[in-house]
Amino acid sequence: MSVLIFAENWDGKFKKSTFEAISYGSELAKQTGGNVTAVVIGNVSDDDMKSLGKYGAQKVLSVKNDKLNAHNPSAYASAIAQAAQKENAKLIVLSYTYSGRSVAGRVTVKLKAGLVAGAIALPSSSSPFTIRKKCFSGKGLTDVVISSDVKIIGLIPNSYHINSGDASASIESFSPTFGDNEFNSTFKEAKKTSGKIALTEAEIVVSGGRGLKGPENWGMVEQLAELLGAATACSKPVADVGWRPHHEHVGQTGITIGPNLYIAIGISGAIQHLAGVSSSKVMVVFNNDKEAPFFKAANYGVCGDAFETVPKFIEEVKKLKSSH
Amino acid sequence: MKFLVCISQVPDTTTKITFTPDKKAFNAAGVQFIINPTDEIALTRALELKEALGGTVSVINVGPANTEPNLRKALAIGADDAIRVNAEPTDAYFVAFQIAEVVKKNTYDVILAGKESIDYNGGQVPMMLGELLGLPSVSVATKLDINGSVATLEREIDGGKEVVEAKLPFVAGAQKGMSEPRIPNMRGIMTARTKPLVVTEPAACANLSSSVLFDLPAAKGECKMIDPNNMAELVHLLHTEAKVI
Ligand SMILES: Cc1cc2nc3c(=O)[nH]c(=O)nc-3n(C[C@H](O)[C@H](O)[C@H](O)COP(=O)(O)OP(=O)(O)OC[C@H]3O[C@@H](n4cnc5c(N)ncnc54)[C@H](O)[C@@H]3O)c2cc1C
Ligand SMILES: Nc1ncnc2c1ncn2[C@@H]1O[C@H](COP(=O)(O)O)[C@@H](O)[C@H]1O
Repeated sequence: MSVLIFAENWDGKFKKSTFEAISYGSELAKQTGGNVTAVVIGNVSDDDMKSLGKYGAQKVLSVKNDKLNAHNPSAYASAIAQAAQKENAKLIVLSYTYSGRSVAGRVTVKLKAGLVAGAIALPSSSSPFTIRKKCFSGKGLTDVVISSDVKIIGLIPNSYHINSGDASASIESFSPTFGDNEFNSTFKEAKKTSGKIALTEAEIVVSGGRGLKGPENWGMVEQLAELLGAATACSKPVADVGWRPHHEHVGQTGITIGPNLYIAIGISGAIQHLAGVSSSKVMVVFNNDKEAPFFKAANYGVCGDAFETVPKFIEEVKKLKSSH
Repeated sequence: MKFLVCISQVPDTTTKITFTPDKKAFNAAGVQFIINPTDEIALTRALELKEALGGTVSVINVGPANTEPNLRKALAIGADDAIRVNAEPTDAYFVAFQIAEVVKKNTYDVILAGKESIDYNGGQVPMMLGELLGLPSVSVATKLDINGSVATLEREIDGGKEVVEAKLPFVAGAQKGMSEPRIPNMRGIMTARTKPLVVTEPAACANLSSSVLFDLPAAKGECKMIDPNNMAELVHLLHTEAKVI
C-alpha cells in the first residue's frame, strides 16, 4: 500500500519528529509493498527536501503557496487529502504534534478515513488493521482497529526510531486547489518561546515541583537542562501559582510527554502528574521524602535535600560532558 | 450570542485504571465520573462571554443516560440547557458527526470543546466538527476573546503560541489558560433541576475505528536508590547503564 507522510516543517526546517514519521511510514510501506511519498507544505530548501530520502521517502510533493506559510488547519488538511488522492495512498502518516493534531481530524472527515490519534508502534496486524495507542493519559494502552479503506496514523513524537540511509528523494511540485472557505482563519502573530527546546520534542526533560519553594530557585533546573540539552517542565501547582509558565505544566491536565529521560526535582509524584510523564523511558527522582510516591515509579532515586543533591549532580554531569 | 459547549464524561483524575478480565472494556465499577477537565474550562469561558455579551449557553453530550448527572452539573455551573444524544460514543468521528447533526438544526455562534478528553486522549472532536460544519477551528486554544463578529484566539504550537483570528461561527478546543473552572453554588444546583435536558436519538453514521483491546503499561522495575553523596554514581549509571546522557 502506498504511504503518504505529512513531513511537517517549522519555519522551513524539519525536526526529529518528521524524520521519525518518515522512517515509520517507509517501514509500513515495506511491510505492505508500496511507494513512500512525503508532502511538504511551505518554503523548505530543495536540499532539505531531497534529504528526506535518507529516511525512506522516494518522492517529495512540494506545495509552495504564500497563503500557506502560516499554519492553517483547513487548507493544510485539504492539501494533504489531495496529495493522498493523487498518490492513491491508503495510509497517511503524520506526527502527532500540535500541528499534526490540528490537521488530522480534518483529513479524517475529508477522506472518511479512520484515525489512530496517537500511535506508539507499527501495526500489530494488517488485517484487521490494528495499532496500539495510549489511553487514560498513559495509565492504559489500547489497540485501535481502523476499518475504513484509507487509514491515518498520528504518530507520537519519540515513539519510533529514525532509520537513515543515503538515498535522495525526488522533488515534484504540487499545486492543490483550494476553496474560498479554506482560508477561514487568519494568522496574526507568533509568540515563540525562543531558543528553548520544545517540551513535546525533547529527548531529556528536567522538571521542578513545589519542593523547590519558589521561582527564584529555578536556576539549578535551568542550568541542568542547558547542560543536558533538555527542555524544562513543572508540576501543576507550580504553574498555577505562576512560578513557571503554563506551557511547562506536564501531567494529566497539562502536556503529556515521553522523553528518553525525565528528571523530577521536588515533585511528589501524584497520580495526575505521573499520568503525563510515565511513558518516559527512564525517570530520575530527587526528593527529600523517602515515602514520596514518585520513587515507586522511578528508575533511579536520590533521597535528600535537592538544594544539596542537584548541584552535586550538576557538577558530575559537567565532568562527564567535559570528558567527551 | 449562542454558545454550545461539548461535554464528555471521564473517570475522575485520581482513578486507578483497570480493565475487565477479557481486556475488552474499561472497568467502570466503583469509578466516579466527572466532566472532562478541559471541557469545564470551555464551559466557564462560554459563561464568562455570555455574561459580557448576552446570550445562552447550551451543553451537549453524546452518551448513554448515565452521563446526565454530569450534564446537570454543567447546568448547575451555569449552562442554560443541555442536549444528550443517546448513543455510546464509540469513536471521535461518530461523536463529532452527532454533534454536527445537532448544530445543523440549530444555529450557534461559538462552539467550544475541550482540547482533549482524558480517557481516549484523541483531541480530535473539535477539528472534525470544524470540518463537518465547514467552519474555522482551533485545536488547542489557551485564550479566547470575541469582538463583534470576530474571535481572537491564542493557540498552542510546538515551541510557542500563535494568535489567530476567525470569523464567527467557529469551533475551538479549550486548554488551560482560557479560564478558571467554577464550582457550582447552591442556587445553581437548585435551578439546575428545572433547566431543560433534551434527549435526541443518534443519526446513522459510518464507523471508522474502534478500540478492541485494552491493556496496562508494563510495570517499572525497582527504583535504584543512589547515595545522595555519590552523584558520580548516578551520572555513571545514566551514562553506561541507562544510556540516556
Ligand atoms: C483534576 C486534577 C488534575 C491535576 N492535574 C495535574 C497535572 O496535570 N500535573 C500535575 O503535576 N499535577 C496535577 N494535579 C495536582 C496533583 O494532584 C498534585 O497536587 C501535584 O502534582 C503536586 O505537585 P508537586 O509534586 O509539585 O507538589 P507537592 O505535592 O507539594 O510535592 C512537593 C514534593 O517536594 C518534596 N520536597 C520538598 N522539599 C524538598 C527538598 N528540599 N528537596 C527535595 N524534595 C523536596 C516533597 O517531599 C514533596 O514530595 C491535578 C490535580 C487534580 C485534582
Ligand atoms: N461523547 C462526547 N460528547 C460530547 N462531547 C465530547 C464527547 N467526546 C469528546 N467530546 C468533546 O471533544 C473534546 C475532545 O475529545 P477527544 O477528541 O475525544 O479527545 C472533549 O474535550 C469534549 O469537549
